Amino acid sequence: MDVLIAVIKIVCALIWFLTLTLYLTWLERKESAVIQDRVGANRANILGLRLIGLFQPFADAIKMIFKEDFVPPFANRFLHTIAPFLSFFFVAITIAAIPFGDTLIIGGRSINLQILDLNAGLLFILAMLSLGIYGIIISGWASHNRFTLLGSMRGAAQLISYEVALGLSLIGVIMVYPSLRLQTIVAFQGENLFGWIPRWGILLQPLGFLVFFFAALAETKRVPFDLPEGESEIIGFFTEYGGLKWGLFMMTDFMEIIVVSCLVTTLFFGGWQVPWMAADGFHFPWGGTWLLPHGVVVLFQLAAFNLKVFFFCWLQILIRWTYPRFRYDQLMDLGWKLLIPLSLVNIVGTGVIMGIVK
Amino acid sequence: MIKALEYFFEILRGAVITCRHFVVNMAFHILKVLGFKVKRRGAVTIQYPEEKKEIARRHRSLHRLMKREDGRPRCVSCMLCMTVCPSECIFIEASEDPDPEIQKVPAKFVIDLSRCCFCGFCVEACPEDAIRMDTGKIEVADYSRHNLVYDLDRLLQ
Repeated sequence: MDVLIAVIKIVCALIWFLTLTLYLTWLERKESAVIQDRVGANRANILGLRLIGLFQPFADAIKMIFKEDFVPPFANRFLHTIAPFLSFFFVAITIAAIPFGDTLIIGGRSINLQILDLNAGLLFILAMLSLGIYGIIISGWASHNRFTLLGSMRGAAQLISYEVALGLSLIGVIMVYPSLRLQTIVAFQGENLFGWIPRWGILLQPLGFLVFFFAALAETKRVPFDLPEGESEIIGFFTEYGGLKWGLFMMTDFMEIIVVSCLVTTLFFGGWQVPWMAADGFHFPWGGTWLLPHGVVVLFQLAAFNLKVFFFCWLQILIRWTYPRFRYDQLMDLGWKLLIPLSLVNIVGTGVIMGIVK
Repeated sequence: MIKALEYFFEILRGAVITCRHFVVNMAFHILKVLGFKVKRRGAVTIQYPEEKKEIARRHRSLHRLMKREDGRPRCVSCMLCMTVCPSECIFIEASEDPDPEIQKVPAKFVIDLSRCCFCGFCVEACPEDAIRMDTGKIEVADYSRHNLVYDLDRLLQ
């Protein structure tokens, strides 16, 4: 029975993750279109039914699947094939540690709405996100193309330097929260500050949030920080890929957006917490209570988590369609001269304030 | 330091601009979906094959040859259009007309549209107002080149 529940949880989480990934491509097209006063992709249809282009991701997927699987003759066949799968796998597995909601109780059995309840869930996610760099380096190396190798080296340098800022910005978070376990972190954010403000991480760690968000944006390798890929101008690490393998790299990008949104939500915006909602319903700070059955509470939590994740996906796409690409030295300056000192300041400041408060 | 802050302000301003575009356009899209009549549209796009812009009156579209009252072409084969054509896409072969007022009619009048650059010089040059470019047809693409060679019958239609 436990195995069955675990399998159901994995299947549901993967369906959620992959569907959201597919529809992020749709959201990216539509959102950029709306920003630029256009309409966006709306021609894909099934029997003339267009539905504002909602079938577009499936059309793209079918196109990519039926393209020729081409490996250049000069490439290392094995590594060239395995690189996109590596980079896809390490992002896809992070979803295992994301808490979607509180425990759901069905028929006396309590189910934790999280695939893998790790004690060090935060470290697990960070580790897997860092391992994604292997996909980049291997793809550049196996392609046997100097420009591609340069692209993957740029990517590696960028990811490593922003990894430092990402890790350091989270130290402040770890100092404030009592645990590295993500469910505990979310539960900690359910209480109220001064009795009426939800104690979300953004209020406890505003600087940490800024540094984390910028570093995470750089980790997703999208436009303000897209030096590894450089879709239009500079040659990136997946130049020698086509069809489904290229599609995997592209999907990895969108999955990273979702993972970053999930992380930001979980660490800084209360995860599945709805403001002023406890396990038995709402307890408003002005005195009112609105008691709800357990199932409705869990639905509220799932909806809140999804809403927050969608908002951050939207925000990241907005950022991608607003800013031009950084120059390489500006990118390194931002990482090493601004974000890392800021995260160090954040650590010291957090320590001092925690000492004073205690 | 001050300069860095200025950059930071500009960065925020850029985000506000795109965000404003998104919110305003999205509001008009939603109003349209809900069935409200609004003056402004959410997007400037014209959905081309279904929805077409009106062509301006002076727009130079596909050529046509004008006819006299009795149905014969107005063209008198003076060769002025053929001479003025910069891409040399007009070919005329003249023949005799029994009417001494007209003297010449085209036996062949061929425009090779695959060469035509739609400059409209032929229309300007014609002394008889026999050729015009006002059909309003702008979709003249074809799968084969010989279908783009328009002869007298097709031009007279």
